[in-house]
Amino acid sequence: MSRSFTPKVVTGNALLEGDVIYLTEDDGWTRDLSRAEILTDEAHAQMRLLDAARRASEIVGTYLADVKPGPKGPEPTHFREEFRRSGPSEAARVPQETQNV
Amino acid sequence: MYDYTDFDAAFVAERNRQFRAQVERRIAGALTEDEFKPLRLMNGLYLQLHAYMLRVAIPYGTLNGRQMRRLAEIAERWDRGYGHFTTRQNIQFNWPALRDVPDILDALAEVEMHAIQTSGNTIRNVTADPFAGAAADEIADPRPVAELIRQWSTDHPEFQFLPRKFKIAVAGSPNDRAVTAAHDLALRIVERDGAIGYTVLVGGGLGRTPMIGQVINDFVPQADLLPYIEAVVGVWNLLGRRDNKYKARIKITLHEHGMDEIRSLVEARFIETRAAFSGIDVPLFEAIKAAFTPPSFAKRPVSAFERAYEADPVFRSWADTNLAEHRAEGHAIVQVSLKAHGAVPGDATSAQMRVLADIAEQFGHDELRISQDQNVILPHVHKADLPEIHARLKSHGLATANIGRVSDIVACPGMDYCALATARSIPVAQQIATRFDELKLEHEIGALRIKISGCINACGHHHVGHIGILGLDRAGVETYQITLGGDHTETAALGDRTGPGFGADEIVPAIERLVGAYLEHRDGKQETFLETYRRLGMAPFKAALYDQESRVAAE
Ligand code: SF4
Repeated sequence: MSRSFTPKVVTGNALLEGDVIYLTEDDGWTRDLSRAEILTDEAHAQMRLLDAARRASEIVGTYLADVKPGPKGPEPTHFREEFRRSGPSEAARVPQETQNV
Repeated sequence: MYDYTDFDAAFVAERNRQFRAQVERRIAGALTEDEFKPLRLMNGLYLQLHAYMLRVAIPYGTLNGRQMRRLAEIAERWDRGYGHFTTRQNIQFNWPALRDVPDILDALAEVEMHAIQTSGNTIRNVTADPFAGAAADEIADPRPVAELIRQWSTDHPEFQFLPRKFKIAVAGSPNDRAVTAAHDLALRIVERDGAIGYTVLVGGGLGRTPMIGQVINDFVPQADLLPYIEAVVGVWNLLGRRDNKYKARIKITLHEHGMDEIRSLVEARFIETRAAFSGIDVPLFEAIKAAFTPPSFAKRPVSAFERAYEADPVFRSWADTNLAEHRAEGHAIVQVSLKAHGAVPGDATSAQMRVLADIAEQFGHDELRISQDQNVILPHVHKADLPEIHARLKSHGLATANIGRVSDIVACPGMDYCALATARSIPVAQQIATRFDELKLEHEIGALRIKISGCINACGHHHVGHIGILGLDRAGVETYQITLGGDHTETAALGDRTGPGFGADEIVPAIERLVGAYLEHRDGKQETFLETYRRLGMAPFKAALYDQESRVAAE
């Protein structure tokens, strides 16, 4: 048995919008982590990362992020990935005037 | 107000034209990200956690109504209707799309603004006292010299590839509102025998290895200033370590070589730079100074102010907390808080920016400033206009009376936006502000500066907060480390670590216990948090934070 490998997804930011995207099984991009391809084999993960990184006119800052399988697809294991998936905290997104008027 | 020269305009236009072509080539696939990244950074464009971020310089924190209105327009047209003002007198747009950035830069250039030298290993946007030209305690306006340095350093051939970034700040008053001691190089304007000169500090900086700047020369006359700065930067440019970016800043160079050695190297280099300077900087400085001639301040009665002050307790509280002393009779400096309780520190909506622009144009000699505390300043306002100004601010959520108080929190974007963050800072600031507003203790507590950073880069200046909070990632959990006793003024000091950090749900109660300890131990209401800390040291605060009994009592 090889040492245990934490499952991964390929992620980065979309070149044009800058928003968080994930690689899907059919070589598409999704903004929804639960629809990302979950990679459980280290060698395969490295290959998928290389494939994705080559698509330089679509994605920036490509890397492998740790995930854990959940009932609705991959889930983040670290809070940074949780924030990347969900965007700024609710309150941090609301322009302040709407909170005061 | 200083107008950019034709040279500046041509330079910015050329840079924007180049960048537009670079963006096109990147999108077309002709440039790789490795090739493009340094180019976008040179133009202030970062990639953050959820989007690109464009950082726009507001030189020495000064802008006029037209410029503020343009920022509002940009936020609305190309972003999500708001912008974030930073501790370095910049504004950051959090959501621009890559394709739109060249248009944004052109829109900025039309009002003489740009995003050049807001990143990279160059001399960055020079910052200055936000009360410049207005403060009652001012020796001389720091902006002309900041502008002189800006012109000298912009695209300076020798200084485009420095060992690291280099930040300069200028203070014009004995009361330091420009956090000068936290800069690579700082100037404090002083007067000696009737002549204006500069006390020069070097080696300040926060971040991973925080240090308070030290005086390298206590009086540099005006005529020697640029050659002297050039000598300092030149010496560091040679000695500064390029092998390790964590050791490249001048504070480390100073630490490794010692002040005596650095000073004598600078003196030696200065003889050469002084000789090489043609002296053109002296008439140039005079010309810049003329562009900063103060407006003519009207003499009018202030009775309208006095009547509102007597009659309206809300106005009175705001006036007592948010006004600062102006040099001209009947005038005041208005500090507009961007820290409404529960709001994101430093954020302003497009509508708020327009209101500020209107007020500045109508009542404030068309001047606005951005403060290092992430607030907006109306530097020149006649007191008779204050009731009207207050009413307008109030109707746009801009009249919070909390300047310098517990809820006037400095906070960097942290993990809600920043790709480098190790924890969030905005929600912590929001919760602290909301909590103390509920407790109705804000005015009882008095002067207290809380500063929060979301990682060791310390953009939130936590080391110099009376209470500093640093968000860290400890084994996959957001953890907040507290420091006490920091000071960002002329008596600058770095805070001391209290001990183990607190989880995200423990940090607000911890701050409440700290403030409770202050209220209990202070020697009367006139003793501030910082003074109490200096008198008593860490012990009572540590007990309040970590003592089991007080924890239970607080629950
Ligand atoms: S202190 Fe860290 S988290 Fe905060 S803005 Fe700076 S780099 Fe980002």
